[in-house]
Amino acid sequence: MAVTLSERAANHVKNFIAKRGKGVGLRLGVRTSGCSGLAYKLEFADDVDPEDIKFESQGVTVFVDPKSLVYLDGTELDFVREGLNEGFKFNNPNVKNACGCGESFNV
Amino acid sequence: MALLQIAEPGMSTAPHEHRLAVGIDLGTTNSLVATVRNGIAVVLNDDHGRALLPSVVRYHADGATSVGYEAQARQGDDPHNTVVSAKRFMGRGLKDIADAATMPYRFVDAPGMVQLKTAAGVKSPVEVSAEILKVLKARAEAALGGELMGAVITVPAYFDDAQRQATKDAARLAGLNVLRLLNEPTAAAIAYGLDNGAEGIYAVYDLGGGTFDISILRLTRGVFEVLATNGDSALGGDDFDRRIYCWVLEQAGLKVIDDHDKALLLAKAREAKEMLTEHPEVKVTAVLSTGEFIDLDLTEAQFNAMTASLVNKTLVPTRRALRDAGLEPADVKGVVMVGGSTRVPRIQAAVGEFFGQTPLTNLDPDRVVALGAAIQANVLAGNRQEDDWLLLDVVPLSLGLETMGGLVEKIIPRNATIPTARAQEFTTFKDGQTAMAVHVVQGERELVADCRSLARFELRGIPPMVAGAARIRVTFQVDADGLLSVSARELSTGVEAHIEVKPSYGLTDDEVARMLRDSYDHAREDMSARQLAELKVDGQRLVEATEIALAENGAELLDAEEREEIENLIAALKKALEGDVPQAIKRATEALNKGTVEFAARRMDLSVKKALTGHKIEELDV
Repeated sequence: MAVTLSERAANHVKNFIAKRGKGVGLRLGVRTSGCSGLAYKLEFADDVDPEDIKFESQGVTVFVDPKSLVYLDGTELDFVREGLNEGFKFNNPNVKNACGCGESFNV
Repeated sequence: MALLQIAEPGMSTAPHEHRLAVGIDLGTTNSLVATVRNGIAVVLNDDHGRALLPSVVRYHADGATSVGYEAQARQGDDPHNTVVSAKRFMGRGLKDIADAATMPYRFVDAPGMVQLKTAAGVKSPVEVSAEILKVLKARAEAALGGELMGAVITVPAYFDDAQRQATKDAARLAGLNVLRLLNEPTAAAIAYGLDNGAEGIYAVYDLGGGTFDISILRLTRGVFEVLATNGDSALGGDDFDRRIYCWVLEQAGLKVIDDHDKALLLAKAREAKEMLTEHPEVKVTAVLSTGEFIDLDLTEAQFNAMTASLVNKTLVPTRRALRDAGLEPADVKGVVMVGGSTRVPRIQAAVGEFFGQTPLTNLDPDRVVALGAAIQANVLAGNRQEDDWLLLDVVPLSLGLETMGGLVEKIIPRNATIPTARAQEFTTFKDGQTAMAVHVVQGERELVADCRSLARFELRGIPPMVAGAARIRVTFQVDADGLLSVSARELSTGVEAHIEVKPSYGLTDDEVARMLRDSYDHAREDMSARQLAELKVDGQRLVEATEIALAENGAELLDAEEREEIENLIAALKKALEGDVPQAIKRATEALNKGTVEFAARRMDLSVKKALTGHKIEELDV
């Protein structure tokens, strides 16, 4: 089981954490909410939970709680630019269908 | 799919509920929009990668508008319809604009605010500013991929209520929800994170293209208070360009040149000034329309010499602001530099010498205000944890209302942080009272006469009840911009009335200070005045209640002698109430209270009897 970052995403994350001045890594997860059942969680990690599963990808430490990992296994986090807008995108092979905007999904 | 940003721990938003908020620096010359993304404040560029939006709006005859660089480019050939520096006209009447005659606009004097006649009709400065805000809003929504929930817009610290209100109106017109108006120097200080740092005095030195502002701030418990502001509305980076331009004319021996060459040389001058911030010596070269070739060397030392008087000119208002705040340069803990012109090394050195410390210059001085506004917007939008809340403003004087006897009941105490809302319940004073006057006052004194009256309104339609039975909830609410709204609501019927007031309107810092001093000086006096007023209200209420009771049941419950005795006691209390002797009023009130005990008991018996007559015991719900 693994979760990875694209090189571009990793560079941005490292930069953001450095500028923020604190944080031990990145926390990915899913929550039950949204129009299609599940929604992604993308946060800075300041504390490590004993249950957390830890991954190293492109020099970034990623924390995922075991419950979320089932839904995220194999996901690659990418950073993309669409016109003026830019941000992170989850490439998640487990997703069966998502709402129109892709912000919530089910597996 | 929607693109995600990294949130603070535990602050991920639900899908479609991103709290997108921006900070906007609505400047006289240029405007910017910034936001906090992935935990960092960033300025949002347009699709050409440009951060600045010139604050220029051009109105076309067909009603269309162009904003920014496009409008600026046409300023020369369409000056009547191309509005620059609309910020200077916000909330101002024609008579407030001293140099109106030198501007190319066709001003229309209108009540409250001047207006401009353009090819697309008469426009107010609020509408012009709204056009700029609309462009920034569209830019932000394109960059953030969603609708904005709100914006923090910065205004100069010296803006009065009319100018602040005009700024809010412009935002509303542009479809922006204003989370808060923030003082520009405060925004700059926030961008440097000073609000999380040590308490103390900070100076913000803001030298823009055409204006200079100096602000002295005091930070206490995370709250920035503007102690003093000063400046020069006709001094800025453009004056430095002009000095170089004049030097070029002098060196080249030029006398008369046409407008095109003048514009060319001014642009070259500006370029040279910017180059000099990084190089000790630059070349100024140009080919004039006469074919004349200009090739000069300008050293930093020469530049410093020719602009020394301009630098000194900024230190005069700086000294004055410090004096107004009652401070010395050594009292200042940190100096923040704002405005592109503060990149000039000589200015940084001069400010450093004046305050005896190195000023803060590591953030881009053109962007620092917008960045601070974005940080504040992010907090207000709820994207940070509670303990990160910034407290930025306080109520300078207590707000309250008048109660019986001309006393002040304080609802919101002085120094309460805003936004805030407080409510208190009041009741009616007389039987069958159907209306209540709410008189809103500001100040620290106990008597209404010594406080400042802000507004009055009436709550009507209270159902007739005995005195003291109605429950009227009065709510005072001060929003983040210091605007007060007061509402009164009768709880059984829901009838409501409300009013909005601007408590700070027209009050200078000196007046606030004087009102505060007065409250300390008169503390004892105020206390006795309050006591006397309360005794009078109590006595008056007793007189009225007794008179009503006598009229109702006096004849059936009292014999002539008893009645006369009570009437004498009423007369004595009435007489005492005319005077100002607290002891006499107290004694007469107590006497009447005592003298009517028996009468009250009989009345009670009578009403109990009436209530029970005709009912069987089992019908009573006990």
